[in-house]
Amino acid sequence: MADTTAAVPTVEASPVRIWLARLGPFLGLLAVIIVFAILTDSPDQYLSVRNFRIVVAQTVIVALGAIGMTMIMVSGGIDLSVGSVIALTGVVTAIAIRDGASPPVAVLEGVLAGGLVGVINGLFITRLRVIPFIATLGTLGMARGVAKWIAGQQTVNVPPTWVNELAVTFPQPDWIIVAPGVWLTVLLAVLVSLVLRYTVFGRRVFAVGSNEAAARACGIPVDRLKVWIYGLAGLLFGLSGVMQMSRLRQGDPTVAIGTELDVIAAVVIGGGSLNGGVGTILGSMIGAMIMAVLRNGSQQMGWQNYVQEIIIGAIIVVAVAIDGWRHRRA
Amino acid sequence: MPLLSVDRLSKRFGPTVALDGVSFALEASQVHSLIGENGAGKSTLMNVLAGALPPDSGRMEIGGSPYAPSSPHDASRAGIALIHQELSLCPHLTVAENILLGREPSRWGFFQRTDAERLALDVLQSFSHPDLRPTRLVGELPLAAQQVVEICRAIASRARILLMDEPTSSLQREDVQHLFALIRRLKREGLGVIYISHFLEEVREIADVFTVLRDGRSVASGAIAEVSNAQLVAHMVGRSVDQLFPDRQDAGTGDVVLDVRDLAAPPVVRQASFTLKRGEVFGIAGLMGSGRTELVRALFGLAPIARGDVRIAGTPALLNDRPSHRIGQGVGYLSEDRKGEGLALPMSVADNVTLTGFESCAPRGWLRTGVQRAQTKRWIGELAIKVHDPDQAVATLSGGNQQKVALGRLLHQDADVLLLDEPTRGVDIGSKAQIYEVIAATAARGKAVLMISSYLPELFGMCDRLAVMSRGRLSPARPIQEWTPELVLHAATDAG
Repeated sequence: MADTTAAVPTVEASPVRIWLARLGPFLGLLAVIIVFAILTDSPDQYLSVRNFRIVVAQTVIVALGAIGMTMIMVSGGIDLSVGSVIALTGVVTAIAIRDGASPPVAVLEGVLAGGLVGVINGLFITRLRVIPFIATLGTLGMARGVAKWIAGQQTVNVPPTWVNELAVTFPQPDWIIVAPGVWLTVLLAVLVSLVLRYTVFGRRVFAVGSNEAAARACGIPVDRLKVWIYGLAGLLFGLSGVMQMSRLRQGDPTVAIGTELDVIAAVVIGGGSLNGGVGTILGSMIGAMIMAVLRNGSQQMGWQNYVQEIIIGAIIVVAVAIDGWRHRRA
Repeated sequence: MPLLSVDRLSKRFGPTVALDGVSFALEASQVHSLIGENGAGKSTLMNVLAGALPPDSGRMEIGGSPYAPSSPHDASRAGIALIHQELSLCPHLTVAENILLGREPSRWGFFQRTDAERLALDVLQSFSHPDLRPTRLVGELPLAAQQVVEICRAIASRARILLMDEPTSSLQREDVQHLFALIRRLKREGLGVIYISHFLEEVREIADVFTVLRDGRSVASGAIAEVSNAQLVAHMVGRSVDQLFPDRQDAGTGDVVLDVRDLAAPPVVRQASFTLKRGEVFGIAGLMGSGRTELVRALFGLAPIARGDVRIAGTPALLNDRPSHRIGQGVGYLSEDRKGEGLALPMSVADNVTLTGFESCAPRGWLRTGVQRAQTKRWIGELAIKVHDPDQAVATLSGGNQQKVALGRLLHQDADVLLLDEPTRGVDIGSKAQIYEVIAATAARGKAVLMISSYLPELFGMCDRLAVMSRGRLSPARPIQEWTPELVLHAATDAG
């Protein structure tokens, strides 16, 4: 109904409202932490640095994925292959180390493998004109299959190297507080956030997600842009896979099944939209944190796994409902 | 040498001929109006010019050199900018980002926000629109301001030829004047403008020359000052207007079947009262965005009503009821948005026709396809729908035949009250005449018809009584003899 908007007077969103909208996910995170701090018998322990380290170490894999997924979802796309890519790139890294590659080379191989799957996704979407949901559903299967194939359908054990320490919960020396992988995630989050906000590339990602036809008509090379977006996101998924391998200390082709849904949930809880044009890295990071805090809190409370699943599921629906309600009112 | 010349352009879509050898020329510093009814080929022509559709044959030249765009981007590089009826902006980006989309100022890949805002401001300065600050999000702007943004984008891209497709359809009167002032300025700067509009008065005000399109052909052209409106209409319709409409017996003496009092459905519909009698055709005129569509949607239960009083066949009806209940109460609704909301395009003609009345061919929930086909065939015959088989998908039909299918659904439903929103939009002239006949026959059978239209001749040709919607308020209804097109336009634009 294009013509309904004509008679509706639009009001400029007030700065207060804009800030409330930006703070929304953050307030949600705060609320979750407070609730658990009250529920738990030992708030001191729950709010300790030790527990903080546990939470962030657990969130690295999803958080890295959410950085890439934010780019994709802002551009109006989706990537369902994340979990499989994590397994594949973890296996690739593990095999490289096992076969004697130096750790940096092995990590690079894993990351590039993720980028390769991303480029393939981008080409499926732009060249074969398959919608992202289906294209990446296809690579979800293919990447998982390749992972099992190259791993010989079993886990790949690796000798100890520094790669295994990338995402540990209690890193050494003590003063670095959290693992290098966590710092790397923070760095990449800041970097991608700046890219999305301050570069032509970033603004075009928003433009494509906001109105693809308009972007195309304005001469933006939409197809090439999409291949880049999926490719860059794939690199991040690859890094996520390296972290997964690091935490398991082996390459497991059957790991991370369904992780893509956690990643998508993080972006959505953080205010991203499946329709494109909307989303922030900061929001997605907080979204990932909310899920990690929920998991951690539920474990502390001794709740069963299924309780966590029910709560996280409900949070996703509520977060998106609140978001939509706020948009309709604004 | 003309700025743009178009020579014997043709385009077919399957069996439908959309353009059948269209020729015209646009000079620099000229506003050239393309006039024609819906379905005359204007939109197709625009899309060909803007590089969105390749023509089947014919040639185009810009400034004397051949022009054959393979994409909208090609067209833009050649200096052609299309300003669409539906805006093509990115609502999540700022005004400045939209104006400079695709040619963002940058240094080492970094978007130069201050430069962009300064450049945008340069272009925006020509408009004294209060909402237009380069830093605002386009999605928050009113429609008129969004349109200005789109025009600014065309100017920023150094377009030499502007294609404007119904640019005023969603604008208020004062915004129309702003737009015209801008067009005149662009004209002085040597741009050529192709201007499409339904409103002949508007065309007279802004255009220098015209070309009339009918059934995909350019049938007349010349200086706008040298023709009368009656001549233009005759060219558009191709036959005298009175032949188009069926003879209607004097009607409107039946019982009141729909009685609406002081209805308000915010934010658009503020106040509407009217009655609808058996046997009559009641027309509602008004500009797009005036609330006509919202009024009937609210009555049919598709939008919330805040207050008022609705009686259907004499009994008070729930103000906010579900469409399924409204259908049960004998109300039928034909959406103006045929593709989006009116029809299930991939489904068959039979499914579409019987959709609201499955009970008649599906006892206890099991669809009897034989009965469904037989029932559908009846309406295919009565409405002269051109279709091989009731199982054919609606998407394969022409616009006119699709509209007949949509109308056939209301007839199959046997609605007592037919709410028809733009029943002949995007329909060829032959189908139009047939649709008018069906509407007249339906009214003659004692049904009550409410008809919304932007096309005044059809309101005058079909209606017994008419009311005009303006800014959410419905004028009192008067017999059609008491209205003139001027009075209607006046009421549509000046009331409130």
